[in-house]
Order: sequence, then C-alpha cells, then structure tokens
Amino acid sequence: MSRKVLVIGEARDGVLRNVTFEAIAAAKQVGSGGEVVAVICGEGDLNSLAEEMIFYGADKVKVVQHSKLKTYTSEGYSQAVTEIIEQESPEAIIMGHTAIGKDLTPKLAGRMESGLISDATNIEISGENVVFTRPIYSGKAFEKKIVTDGVLFATIRPNNIPPLEKDSSRTGEISTVDIEIDDLRTVITDVIKKAADGVDLSEAKVIIAGGRGVKSKEGFEPLEELAEVLGGAVGASRGACDADYCDYSLQIGQTGKVVTPDLYIACGISGAIQHLAGMSNSKVIVAINKDPEANIFNVADYGIVGDLFEVIPQLIEEIKQLKVNA
Amino acid sequence: MNIYVLLKRTFDTEEKINVSQGSIDEEGAEFIINPYDEYAVEEAINQRDQHGGEVTVVTVGEEESEKQLRTALAMGADKAVLINTEDDLEKGDQFTTVKILEAFFEDKEADLILAGNVAIDEASGQVGPRLAERLDIAYVTTITKMDIEGETVHIERDVEGDVEKVDTTLPLLVTCQQGLNEPRYPSLPGIMKAKKKPLEELEIDDLDLEEEDVEPKTKTIEIFLPPEKESGKVLEGDVNDQVKELVTLLKNEAKVI
Repeated sequence: MSRKVLVIGEARDGVLRNVTFEAIAAAKQVGSGGEVVAVICGEGDLNSLAEEMIFYGADKVKVVQHSKLKTYTSEGYSQAVTEIIEQESPEAIIMGHTAIGKDLTPKLAGRMESGLISDATNIEISGENVVFTRPIYSGKAFEKKIVTDGVLFATIRPNNIPPLEKDSSRTGEISTVDIEIDDLRTVITDVIKKAADGVDLSEAKVIIAGGRGVKSKEGFEPLEELAEVLGGAVGASRGACDADYCDYSLQIGQTGKVVTPDLYIACGISGAIQHLAGMSNSKVIVAINKDPEANIFNVADYGIVGDLFEVIPQLIEEIKQLKVNA
Repeated sequence: MNIYVLLKRTFDTEEKINVSQGSIDEEGAEFIINPYDEYAVEEAINQRDQHGGEVTVVTVGEEESEKQLRTALAMGADKAVLINTEDDLEKGDQFTTVKILEAFFEDKEADLILAGNVAIDEASGQVGPRLAERLDIAYVTTITKMDIEGETVHIERDVEGDVEKVDTTLPLLVTCQQGLNEPRYPSLPGIMKAKKKPLEELEIDDLDLEEEDVEPKTKTIEIFLPPEKESGKVLEGDVNDQVKELVTLLKNEAKVI
C-alpha cells in the first residue's frame, strides 16, 4: 500500500541536519512508493536546502519563509507545518527525534488528535502495517508499535536509519508557500551556546564519556582532545555531573540522554545500570577503567584496564599517527 | 496561583527489566515517582511558596499510584487527584492520557501546569505538549530555570546542551529537565501531614468520558529485550601495546575509525 509521506526537515546554523536525510529514507520506506514531500521552514533563501532534500530522495519540497520562522518556536513552526499538512493531506508524517522534533510533533499530533510513535530506531513493513521499533526503559527493552487509527506519525532517533545515497542528478518541484503567522506567545530572548563545536551528543558518531574517574573539571580536557581528534562529542555519567565536573546537559543514562553512536569510549565510568541503559546499544564500546571488576567491562567490546590519564594521551597520539599515515 | 503537576509512577531506575508473556514483568519491582516529575513537584512547591496558591498533583493510572501521590503530598503538595483507569481501560497511549487530562482540566483554572520532560519508562515525552495544545495554552519544554513576575514568565531551557532564554506568559505548561532544582526528600512531619491531605479518586465516567472516547491511536504488538551483550576483549600488555592494539582493532575489526 503506497502512502503520501511528509518529512519535516530541520536545519541548524543554515545546514540541514543529517537526521533529516534519515527521515527522508524512513519516509521512502513508510511510503512504499508513495510521494515523499518535505517541508523546510526558516527565513531567507532556503532553496539550496530544498534542493539538497531532493538529492537525498524527496520528490517535492515546500519552503515556508517568514521572519517569525527565523528561530524555532513551537507556535511558529506548528502554524507553518499545519498549513502544509492541510495543503498536502499526507497519510504519514516523519521527523527526527531531536530537540525540535520532540517539542513540535506532540503539539501537531495533539492538534490532529492522532497517534505519534516517538524515537523509532527501526521500521518494517508487515502487510498493511508499518511496524516501528523503539526503545523503552531507556533501552533496557524494546517495543514494536503500530498506528491503529489516523495519520501515521513518527519521529526517528538520529543515527539508526541510514540515509539514501546523495544523487545530485535528482530533480523535483520546489515551491514557496506564503503564510500568515499569528503573534507568538513565547519569545526567545537569547541563546547561550554551550555545546562544543556543534557536535550534538544525540547525533554524534563518536562519543567520549567521562565518569567519576575523571576526577575534576580539568580532567575532562584529555577527553575533549580525544573527541576533537575523532570528530566526536563529549558525554558524561551522572556521577561526573553530580560531582560538578561537567554540565548536566552532557549526562548519558536513564536520566539524561540515550545515545547510539558508532563508537562509545567510556573513561573512568564504573557502569551503573542507569548509565548502561543510556549507552549499551552503541555499536562499538570501549572501556578504560582502573578497576578490572568494573561493570562497564561487561558491555564493552574492548577494554583497557588502566589509568585513563595515561591511556588517553597515548590514544590521541596513535590516532593522530593513523590520520597522518592515511 | 493555581498550580498543577502531572505525575507518573514508574519503575525504579535500579530495576532490571524482564519480559514475561509479552509484557514487562512488574512482579516484585520497586516503583518511584518518575524522576523528571520529581523536578516538577519540587518546582511547583517552590513557586507556590514564592507566589502563594495551591499545588495539586494529578496522575492518570492505576490504584497503586496512590503511593507516589502520597510521596508528592509529603514533599509539600497540597492536594492529589488519581484518575484511576484500572477498571475501565486496557492499555492506553498518549492520546488516551491527554484526552482524560483535557477533560479533567476543562473546568479548572490552571495558571501553571508542570510535568516531567519525559517518563523513563515509555519515554514518549508527548503528554505535556499535547495537553497544552488541547488546552490552547503556551508551553515550554525541558526547562532548567523559571522566574515568574506577574503574568510574565522568564525561562531558561536546555536545547541539546545550549541554553535558550524564553519569555512567555501565564497560563503556561512547562516540562522539567534535570538541573532545574534538587528535589527534596519528604520530611517525617511531611509524611505525617500527607496522610491527612485530600486525595481525590476519579474514574473516566466522572469526567463524562466513555471508553471509546479515549481509545488509543497506537498499539504495542511486541515487547522484547535487546540481545545480551557478550563480554568483549580485555586487552593485555603494557599500556602502549594495549593502545596500539586498540587502535588496530577499532580500525580493522570494528571499522569505526
């Protein structure tokens, strides 16, 4: 059964987020041959972003430009996307499970009184049904879920559904939609950038995480350097956050973020069950810990029993060497 | 101020999860207030202490949630409401919960509704924003700071590690993020007082809802555990050799660098 699918695209600092391409791939699957329409909201010229969405598999792109869409607000974006939903009447809607996705999609689903399956990590087609797999209990278990009534609405977790290969020869209709946006009840007055270099934890391919074993704020410096060398992001266990070595926004675990990078390097993290819930579905896990009995070794693919302050600088050197030789 | 907190009873984070006969095995498990909802309770109490008014904690769930509601009362909330769906409903979803809450809030004049930004069990993160939409009030998710000055509310929220400052107005719904506050432990006098505080129990027909009004839009067809991870390789030799071997393994075997 083919379905018309709407993908809600998302850009950050003028660049489309990778999860938008993943959402287009997911939409192709859900659509089973149906048309994939993408929408991108913002201010100014968004045509190059629209084109890129076509290269990654969208059949048609709707661009909504408005000064009130310069920064994301749930009210502004929901008015814009609702307009597109009314024009296009999609049978399914897909978006990334990002900060914006989490904030916007429940509002839209609430407005439409539809179901919403959030944070899907896999999609299968089974007869007439689209079956979404999603983690529950922070990844301690998984559920398979279907929509039984109304629009098929889902958000997908970054890094799980591979995007299609970019095809710069693809073409499709790009149209600009003019809309009126009512006054917004919430106004963003300032944004204080704290996240390092824009590699977001939930989207990072490589995460270097520190625990109590990092011992201090300064102790995170070698971890940051390793993250930089590998193009990754730095995360932390609750222990490190509680001890004030780093900000709570870096916390990975059952409270905090749940991540699934390609490579997770746990440094001085003992591996409490709450932390394991947040990271044990990473593809490859490396544990560096002084205590050979630490729980983290039970989920690690590779373990080094040793002092992280001795191991990490050598690891940085080795990886730099590798890059030089490559 | 008329303050409400949406609260959910969840598995303790310490619990291992077992599946039996296609559903999560609750036998012998410890339950707690969803940790993010604890921030909401704490914030509600603080705001009431600053601005006056009353804090009501609301749960849609089963009979046993009374225990978590009593804990919230012991922390300092004034009243609790349990909308008990145990006898009327099979498994609901976020649509179900919000439909019930929407009916509950219909005749309430809520100034501020607080919820956790996500529940650690099903982790949909939907109920707060969905409810705000149904009630047609503004909402701000993942907040880490809130100051109320008259009708204006100054908020800081966590957006993937960055801090976004937002101004908005009451009535308002917020969802709480770690870092907002340090939830208090109930004191002994608090626990004693909580026993006498009002805890109202409602069923969906008290809210003029029928079972078909709240029928879920989604359905879980399978629950399963992730494959057990096999213990990996602990490397040997001196640190330098281990590091060299690790880099080789990551490059050639795991192919992640």
